Amino acid sequence: MAADGVIFGRAIVAGDARGEALVTDESLSFWGGYDFRTGEIIDRHHPLAGVRAAGRILAVPFSKGSSTTTAVLLESVRAGTAPAAILTTGTDSFFALASIVAELMYGKAFPVVALADADFASLETGMHLAVDRSGAIRLI
Amino acid sequence: MLTLSPRDKEMLDGRRGPAAQFAMQILVRMADVYEARELMDISHAHIDSAIYLGDATLEFAERLASLGARVAVPTSLNVSGVDECGWKDWAVSPDWAAKAARQMLAYEKMGASPTWTCAPYQTAMRPSFGQQIAWGESNAIAFANSVIGARTERYPDLLDICCAITGRVPAVGLHLTENRAGQLLLRLIGVPAALQQDDQFFPVLGHLVGKLAEDRIPVIEGVSVSPTEDDLKAFAAAVASSGRVALFHIAGVTPEAPTVEAAFHRRAPEQTIDITVRDLQSARAELTTTDGRELDMVILGSPHFSLAEFERLAPLVAGRRAHPRVKFLITSSRLMKEAAHEAGVLAPIVDFGARITVDTCILASPMLPAEIKTLMTNSAKYAYYAPSLLGSRITFGSLADCVRSAIEGRVVRDDSIWQPTV
Repeated sequence: MAADGVIFGRAIVAGDARGEALVTDESLSFWGGYDFRTGEIIDRHHPLAGVRAAGRILAVPFSKGSSTTTAVLLESVRAGTAPAAILTTGTDSFFALASIVAELMYGKAFPVVALADADFASLETGMHLAVDRSGAIRLI
Repeated sequence: MLTLSPRDKEMLDGRRGPAAQFAMQILVRMADVYEARELMDISHAHIDSAIYLGDATLEFAERLASLGARVAVPTSLNVSGVDECGWKDWAVSPDWAAKAARQMLAYEKMGASPTWTCAPYQTAMRPSFGQQIAWGESNAIAFANSVIGARTERYPDLLDICCAITGRVPAVGLHLTENRAGQLLLRLIGVPAALQQDDQFFPVLGHLVGKLAEDRIPVIEGVSVSPTEDDLKAFAAAVASSGRVALFHIAGVTPEAPTVEAAFHRRAPEQTIDITVRDLQSARAELTTTDGRELDMVILGSPHFSLAEFERLAPLVAGRRAHPRVKFLITSSRLMKEAAHEAGVLAPIVDFGARITVDTCILASPMLPAEIKTLMTNSAKYAYYAPSLLGSRITFGSLADCVRSAIEGRVVRDDSIWQPTV
C-alpha cells in the first residue's frame, strides 16, 4: 500500500464498500470453492479453505475452474453471504457478471476492481479498506 | 467504445421483446467489461446455467422464461441438478428434485435441446472447426476450443443463455485468431511412451498443466502417443478444474498445433517450463486424499461417460460382480446410455452391479447418502472437486484399478508404472 494509503484500480463494476481485507495469491473457483449458505471458502486445495469471506473485501487474482462460479456468487448475494467487494489482477469477467446480474435481479451489486500487480501485492489480510465508485481503495 | 448493430439496438430498447432486452442489457454491460468494440454472431450455444443451485438460479431461469425468452441459435443443455427420472433411487429430497426440474423446464421452454450433458461435443450438436459458438461448462469450453478448434470465450453461467437468446457475443478473446496463440511452453522431458499410454496420464497431465498455466494458453510439447478423444476429454476436464484454461494446444495432436511454432503463431513463448516424471508423480498424488483401503463407491463419468468408455469398461467387468459393500456408479447422458444399450455393452455393466445416473452428476445433485464417505474414480475432475463439494475422501486410479477395487471391496491400485525410478 502506498504511503498515502490509497491505490487506484479500474472499476470493472463500480460501487462502494467497506470491510476487512482477505487476501490470497491463489485463484479460486466459487463452485466447489465457496459455500453460499455460510459464505465460507471450502476448496480443500486452496490456502483459505475454512475461512469466511462473507462481508469482507476479497482480493483474489482471478477466478478459475467452473463456469458455475457466477451462479454461486449470485446465490450468495441473494443469501447475504457474498464478499463486500472483489479485487483482482486483470479483468475477471466471471466476478463482474455475477455482480451485474445481482443488480438486475436483486438491486444489489458488489464492486469489482482490477488492480495492477504491484498494487494487488501491497494488500494484506486484516487491512480495513474502503472501495469507492472511481475504483480508489483507501486504508481506513 | 462499443458500437451496436441496428438489430442489437432493437433488442436493447425492447423492440424485440422483454427477454431479448434483458439479455442484451447484460451482454452490453459485459461487452464493456471485456472492452469490446462490437458484438458478433454465433451459430451455437451450450448452456451451463440450467444447473440448479438454489433460489437465485431458479428465479433467474423463470424470469427469463416468463419474459418469453427463446434461443436464437441451436442450443444444447449441460447437466441439471437432478436425474429427472432416477432421483428417487438416491438421497435427493423431493423439494430439491421439484425445483431442479422446474429449472430444467424453464430452459427447455426457451427452445434449448434437452441434451443434459457436460460432453455436448460427443453428441450430434458437436460444433465444427472454426465455428463461432458461446459455450459454458469449463471442460466443454476447453474441449471445443482446443480439440475441435471451434471458437468460444470462457462463458460463465448466466451469460451463456444471454448469448443464446441474442445470438451475439462480444467480439473479443478466443473468438479472434490473434488471441489463440500459445503463451506458455510446457515440455515433457524424459516421459516414456509407456507412461503416456497409461489411461491416467492425460488426466494427471491436465491437472498439472492447469496449475502451471495460470491465465496463459499452454502449449504441450513431447506427447509421443496418439490420445483418444476420451483421453483429451479427461485432459480438458482436469486442466479446467485445477486452472482456468479455456484453450490449450498439444503439438502434433490438436488442430491449431501441427507444430510448436504454429501453436505460438511463430512468436516466442513467454515462458518455458519442463515437466518430468517426478512432476507427474506429484500431480497424481494430489488427486488422492485418502491413504486407507476403505471404499464405499466407485464413481466414473466426469465428464459424462461416452459410448467408447462403456465399450472399454464392458469387457473388464463381464462375468464379474462388484463387492456387495461397494456401490459402482456411472454418470452419463440419456443419449450415451441408450447408445450403450443398443451396442450391447450396457448389459454386462449392469450385471456387474453398476448403476447409471443420467442428466446430472454427483457434484451437481445432492444424491449420495451420508454413509458414502470414500470414493474412487478415474476422473481428475471428480477427484478435484469431490473432497470440497461432498466432504468425501477420494482415490484416483486407472479404470482397471477402479474395477478391481470394486470387486475386492477395498482400494487396490497397480502403481508399478508410476513408481519413482532411481
